[in-house]
Amino acid sequence: MTTDQEKNELTQTPLLKIWVPWLGMGGCKLNRGRGSSVPQFTNSPTLIVMVGLPARGKTYISKKLTRYLNWIGVPTKVFNLGQYRREVQSYKSFEFFRPDNEEAMQIRKACASNALKDVVIYFSKEHGQVAVFDATNTTRERRVSIVSFAKEKGYKAGSGAGSPVFFVESICDDPDIIAQNIADVKVSSPDYLNCDKEEALADFLKRIECYKQTYVPLDDEKDRRLSYIKIFNVGSRYLVNCVQDHIQSRIVYYLMNIHVTPRSIYLSRHGESNMNLLGRIGGDSGLSPRGHKYATALGTFIKSQHIKDLKVWTSHMKRTIQTAEHLGIPYEQWKALNEIDAGVCEEMTYEEIQDNHPEEFALRDQDKYRYRYPKGESYEDLVHRLEPVIMELERQENVLVVCHQAVMRCLLAYLLDKTADELPYLKCPLHTALKLTPVAYGCKVEHVFLNIEAVNTHRERPGNVDVSRDPEEALKTIPDHF
Amino acid sequence: MVGTYHNGSSVHYANHQQTSSNSTDARQISCNAPIEERLRATVAEATMSSVAVGMEARPSNAATPRELTQNPLKKIWMPLPCKNGLPDKRICQRMVCMTNCPTLIVTVGLPARGKTYISKKLTRYLNWIGVPTKEFNVGQYRRECLKIYKSFEFFRPDNEEGLKIRQQCASAALNDVRQYLADGGQVAVFDATNTTRERRETITAFAEQNGFKVFFVESVCEDPEVIAENIVQVKLGSPDYTNCNTEEAMEDFKKRIKCYENSYETLDEVLDRHLSYIKIMDVGRRYLVNQVQDHIQSRIVYYLMNIHITPRSIYLCRHGESDLNVKGCIGGDSGLSPRGKEFAKYLHQFIQSQEISDLKVWTSQMKRTIQTAEAVSVPYEQWKALNEIDAGVCEEMMYEEIQQHYPLEFAMRDQDKYRYRYPKGESYEDLVQRLEPVIMELERQEHVLVICHQAVMRCLLAYFLDKTAEELPYLKCPLHTVLKLTPVAYGCKVESIYLNVDAVNTHRERPENVEVSRMAEEALLTVPAHQ
Repeated sequence: MTTDQEKNELTQTPLLKIWVPWLGMGGCKLNRGRGSSVPQFTNSPTLIVMVGLPARGKTYISKKLTRYLNWIGVPTKVFNLGQYRREVQSYKSFEFFRPDNEEAMQIRKACASNALKDVVIYFSKEHGQVAVFDATNTTRERRVSIVSFAKEKGYKAGSGAGSPVFFVESICDDPDIIAQNIADVKVSSPDYLNCDKEEALADFLKRIECYKQTYVPLDDEKDRRLSYIKIFNVGSRYLVNCVQDHIQSRIVYYLMNIHVTPRSIYLSRHGESNMNLLGRIGGDSGLSPRGHKYATALGTFIKSQHIKDLKVWTSHMKRTIQTAEHLGIPYEQWKALNEIDAGVCEEMTYEEIQDNHPEEFALRDQDKYRYRYPKGESYEDLVHRLEPVIMELERQENVLVVCHQAVMRCLLAYLLDKTADELPYLKCPLHTALKLTPVAYGCKVEHVFLNIEAVNTHRERPGNVDVSRDPEEALKTIPDHF
Repeated sequence: MVGTYHNGSSVHYANHQQTSSNSTDARQISCNAPIEERLRATVAEATMSSVAVGMEARPSNAATPRELTQNPLKKIWMPLPCKNGLPDKRICQRMVCMTNCPTLIVTVGLPARGKTYISKKLTRYLNWIGVPTKEFNVGQYRRECLKIYKSFEFFRPDNEEGLKIRQQCASAALNDVRQYLADGGQVAVFDATNTTRERRETITAFAEQNGFKVFFVESVCEDPEVIAENIVQVKLGSPDYTNCNTEEAMEDFKKRIKCYENSYETLDEVLDRHLSYIKIMDVGRRYLVNQVQDHIQSRIVYYLMNIHITPRSIYLCRHGESDLNVKGCIGGDSGLSPRGKEFAKYLHQFIQSQEISDLKVWTSQMKRTIQTAEAVSVPYEQWKALNEIDAGVCEEMMYEEIQQHYPLEFAMRDQDKYRYRYPKGESYEDLVQRLEPVIMELERQEHVLVICHQAVMRCLLAYFLDKTAEELPYLKCPLHTVLKLTPVAYGCKVESIYLNVDAVNTHRERPENVEVSRMAEEALLTVPAHQ
């Protein structure tokens, strides 16, 4: 074979179903960095630096952004300076933060330095792609030192113009919002474990004052070469400067779509379907009698919640639409909410999959997140397809999403910050609604089982995932069906 | 992925009582399926009255589930209409613009700041993703009114006569805006300088009266080089200056700008804090975004923040001829035929000859595009989003087989090729939705070669060349031909480069007879030759 001919020889990776060049004898080289199922947009890591006075939502933004980036497949981690400080020094009072407290200053500088060292390790040794440095970073001096640190480490973004760091500044002068923040997350912070609410509040306000004296916001003129977004008053206004690359553009878009208005997200699967009863996956069947019962019960439940302005979303598949029909509320159909496409395995039972495609079945158990059905999709593909849904969920307020098992797992993983390994095994049983309410830095979950029996469709990962396993071993964890 | 587009299978055009003869609006297609019409009518009813789509109080026993039927064209499940014929208010397709009221985008800025460029580009993008949009350029109204442009003097702030005419033109344009948005348009782009607060207040009042949301797009630029380049690119060739030479035109135009400068009131952070707007500074170096109200405004902001004007070229081509192409089969995941491999070699040579620094190469995840890219010997990225349209149950069939096994489907596809969804497959409309992140990233990038597939290439091309939904599925994208697209002025220059390797023709024209009742021969009349 000539090199030209070799170049045209491809082989399809068994798990991801990605075509990669075959490199002749010795088998195929699996991944030359081209073989991932989603395009890689950054070659170099990105350092996001938060800026702002205390109680401006920096940690809220840091955590939320990190959760989103991890979910879409960009390894991201938060480095919260407050935590570094708590490890070194137990908190006594706001005096620690006084600008004239030299000893404390040294400690704080050391903490910042340690945090940045950990960032380096995260990027170089842990395959991190984005690090979020969550601290006040309110002085120009501090920010300049971070920028030089990043330059020195070679964290360049885009075509090299501008700085390699992306700043996110949160500016807020609305006393109500600040008071709410403090009540939500500060009063219960480890720093104030042994204080009562008023003490904590008073101390924290003095802490903010300490920072105010030296706070220099990002400046239109002086900082015009830096890449940043300034968020004013929880999103009523944004100033965006020098976005350099794809990931920064995505971050800006995400930050501009999130809000803090209280609301709840309801997730539910369609009612039990006829395929469910037969233990078959996929397809486009209608609801079983019990499924219809559930849909009615769901309607009753929803009414009892007295939800203001509820939006209802379904997929394009008959069973979710039939379920929504029982609710008596207008609903929108999203193709993006369709169940995972099982390709050649559509409408098969697990037993049939084991019979006809035992290797595929084993591969799926080996890596359920990345495994792509032949002519179908993977959970990874699903996440990609659901990103617009998540973005719109962020924009909306009260929403009920009537969807499918794999889809619901993906949405839940986003809302509850589950990893790619956990995601495909999240329990999303039929006839159970989940009510998710954002609270502090996370999400409160309430399970509502509407007391209508249904088959179980959850298949746990079996003990033996080898391709060489016996059929019984493969079929051990299959749930019952007709 | 940069995914922001939602469900594409929408009937939002049903926003208007649409008659199929009106072909000037983007994305209007007649459809014979009666269910389509009924759905259109019911959704139209629903969206016209903002209360209906919202929470209508219904007695609890009214929530009996309706039976569902699957629309034969788009394969959408919909309830059968009520027996008493009342319009169905409960269902609605995911529309990109989930506002009940239309949006008026208003540009703001001195002349030569790119307002028309932005207006046209934004309009093109919104139409492509399925939001009926139209731009209204006040300058054009002025040209129609004045007939002959003499000089910048017309624009002098003390020219009462001139002011009166300009005012009339703005009013005429707003009138047309009102008409367009009442007739089913979703977004109108009002392209004028709108540099005074007074003028903007008039527009805001107009919008309020009519129930439109307003979103301002201001372009601020003080870089003399950028301004000069703008003038050269689009002003000198303007109808206003047909009889002037370059220097005269340049001089006059600069004086024209001066006329506006004194009364220019930029959008102010404090005074205008209740307005929704984006201020674009220095061609995208910096943005100020204020009070984004809804989904469509958020998408507009995102789009505007991703476009740039750095000169570059986009190369579009299909994979080399594949084995299934040769057999006349659609879809599948076959490898290149020998001629296809030839083409890949020539593609490599061609790309080298272009001497592009920093070329990005994108392929789909299908074997044939990747094999093609391998020959080009440049690192490439695989996008699942670039995969060919999924033909569902018709995958790997020849047209003859589709006619044999699914004659009804085959006819419906010919009736409305854009919206037709293969059973268990996709439609062109779905494809556009899936490709939106690709377009967004193409906007961000500079030199890119996209190696893709016929239907995919048609969608991308339609975006760049502003083709309608009717034209899109019939755009000619032959094998072994590279299209080089270079943005120029308000549009795109296209060069077609045939790399001189023979290939089958895969382009099937719309046959005359698209009736379900037609004979097989009539259906197969336009099928291209194959083995």
